Amino acid sequence: MNLEKVIFTFFIVLALTLNFGFFLGEIDNPVHHSVYELYAAIVISLIATILKFGDRTHLGAVLLSTSLVADLQLLAAALVWGAAEHIMASGLTPHIMAIIVSLSGGALLANITSVVLLVAETIAVRR
Amino acid sequence: MHNIVYILLRRIHVPLIVLVVVYAVSILGFVLIPGMDDKGQPWSMDFFHAFYFVSFMGTTIGFGEIPYPFTDAQRLWATINIYATVLAWLYGIGTALSLLQDSAFQAVLREHGFRRAVRLITEPFYLVCGYGDTGTTLVRALSEEGYRAVVIEIEQNRIIALELEDLPVPVPGLRASAAEPENLVMAGLMRPNCIGVIALTNVDDVNLNITIAAKLLNPRVPTITRAETLTAEANMLAFGTDLVLNPFNTFAGRLALALHSPGMYLLYEWMTAVPHEKLREPVFPPHGRWILCGYGRFGKAVHSRLLAEGLRVTVVEALPDLTHAPAGTISGSGTDIDTLLAAGIKDAVGIVAGTDNDAINLSIIMAARELKPSLFKVARQNQHQNDIVFKAAKLDLTMQRGKVIANKIFALTTTPLLDDFLQSASLHNNEWANLLISRIGGISGDEVPQTWNMNISPQEAPALYSGIANGNQVCMADIYRDPRNREQKLPLFALLIKRDFKEILLPGDDEILMRGDRILFCGRFGTNLKTEWIMKNHNVFNYLNTGEELSNSTLWRWFNHDNKQQEDKKSAAK
Repeated sequence: MNLEKVIFTFFIVLALTLNFGFFLGEIDNPVHHSVYELYAAIVISLIATILKFGDRTHLGAVLLSTSLVADLQLLAAALVWGAAEHIMASGLTPHIMAIIVSLSGGALLANITSVVLLVAETIAVRR
Repeated sequence: MHNIVYILLRRIHVPLIVLVVVYAVSILGFVLIPGMDDKGQPWSMDFFHAFYFVSFMGTTIGFGEIPYPFTDAQRLWATINIYATVLAWLYGIGTALSLLQDSAFQAVLREHGFRRAVRLITEPFYLVCGYGDTGTTLVRALSEEGYRAVVIEIEQNRIIALELEDLPVPVPGLRASAAEPENLVMAGLMRPNCIGVIALTNVDDVNLNITIAAKLLNPRVPTITRAETLTAEANMLAFGTDLVLNPFNTFAGRLALALHSPGMYLLYEWMTAVPHEKLREPVFPPHGRWILCGYGRFGKAVHSRLLAEGLRVTVVEALPDLTHAPAGTISGSGTDIDTLLAAGIKDAVGIVAGTDNDAINLSIIMAARELKPSLFKVARQNQHQNDIVFKAAKLDLTMQRGKVIANKIFALTTTPLLDDFLQSASLHNNEWANLLISRIGGISGDEVPQTWNMNISPQEAPALYSGIANGNQVCMADIYRDPRNREQKLPLFALLIKRDFKEILLPGDDEILMRGDRILFCGRFGTNLKTEWIMKNHNVFNYLNTGEELSNSTLWRWFNHDNKQQEDKKSAAK
């Protein structure tokens, strides 16, 4: 058992599950989407990205880029949320909530890609 | 570049994660801890405010308790986190800084800089392996002539010396073993503009490795190698090395040449000198009995050459058994008067101090001078740092190993026809050489003459080439004319014309030039720039060739042409 692999996979899968948990629910209903879950998803996603730094393999490079995409989408979602609550006069409308959740949906797709790549690599290793 | 980024990223993994975790915990704490707004109502921070507060707290900017004054619970949490975030930052920045000072990282940076410098060379360049005495002289001569070079050297302080050397064109240097092919490739062995590999390290095996790598990886590139033993020389030649130079044999050969034909010796010295060297006076080594101190590799080479010249030689050697010295060898170092007297210095005509230690060589010479001032004194100089003392010792001949090799390589690489010329010249006698020497001395001033090639090809000499192609008869004397005034002669003359497979040694002034000729010139330093006028400028070519100055513009040419036709008609009518 390789401890590095355990930690690495842990963070990648955790990023996906948290992201999925946030995404779940009616798209424009703020009650269904917890701000804490988005926060956790961002933090875990950042850590997962850092863990991929310095991997010189081709797969490592692809994983780094998918992870960066997820970060970008999640941070954009957080920015929209913050702007809606504190800057815009309208507050958090269902329309804005839909934007936030769809942004996190994009991140979800990127995270799924990461996990699929990881699974593909794991299957290729026969030991 | 990628390499550096990867190393940087891998090393700061942990600090970055620590930073993210500390921030995450801290922000979460502020969101969860209940606070109070200005009206005393319960209020808790949201992520936006928490991130804002932690950001300026972590970087110790400290705007105060925003947006409402904190409760005691919040203050407690803030106190803990001030320390946590500051430590996380210090850890991260400290790791990054120590990485920058890390010697391994620095080596990667230097290597990257070297690769970049080699990649940026667009002109043809020589790859010089080994920056010792020979390498230093050669690289300086090359760069003064405007040739680019790349250096690989294993010793750090030699690379520093290269960096400190004030060379006219930048010479990238890498501290690495030239025996590893990977380093040669890094230094541009496979690049299309690499025009020569010169192996000058002081280890024969390394030189052999270099030539093998060069011949296998880039067979197109000529290689020149220094070899100190015969076996290494044979090995290198077997691998197709273009030129193997043995410094001891080369100098012993020169000494023999100086003995039997001083004029020819001087010709060789002048032709293979580096630019701006002072003209050397001719030397006339006497014939008679010689004393040879030191019977190492150099001593053996000199011994066999002296014997071949028909001279008698007495050998003085400290370790006669170890070096298999010939019978009749005097045992001793040669620095003391007794040994020299035993060697019969009183009736000797010359002495060669040929040990591998400069101090011993100098003291042999000094002791010999005490006993017999009229001796012809030859010494081997091992280190170029000792230049001043050897100059002060007023020797008749100094053999500087590095210089002999460097000069020869320089001459052969920069003027390829020189080798042909010297070979043809060696077939002539000393009187011929003396005549040539006085002719060269007449044009070159007090510096050594410069030698250069001129190829009558469309690329290198467009005006000359098309002029000959148009049926103009160009003879050697036209090239000698000064572009400013054709009645005056430039200080230069041709040594050799190579036409197809024919060689014309010292062509006369009326020699007709042909397309495709390759000519070796010798002349005062800088004259080659003046000959470029006739090679490249059509008007100058016409002026020098016919004495007429042609008009530049089409209009004037047409006008002149018209006038000329009318004059022709008039003269025809008469």
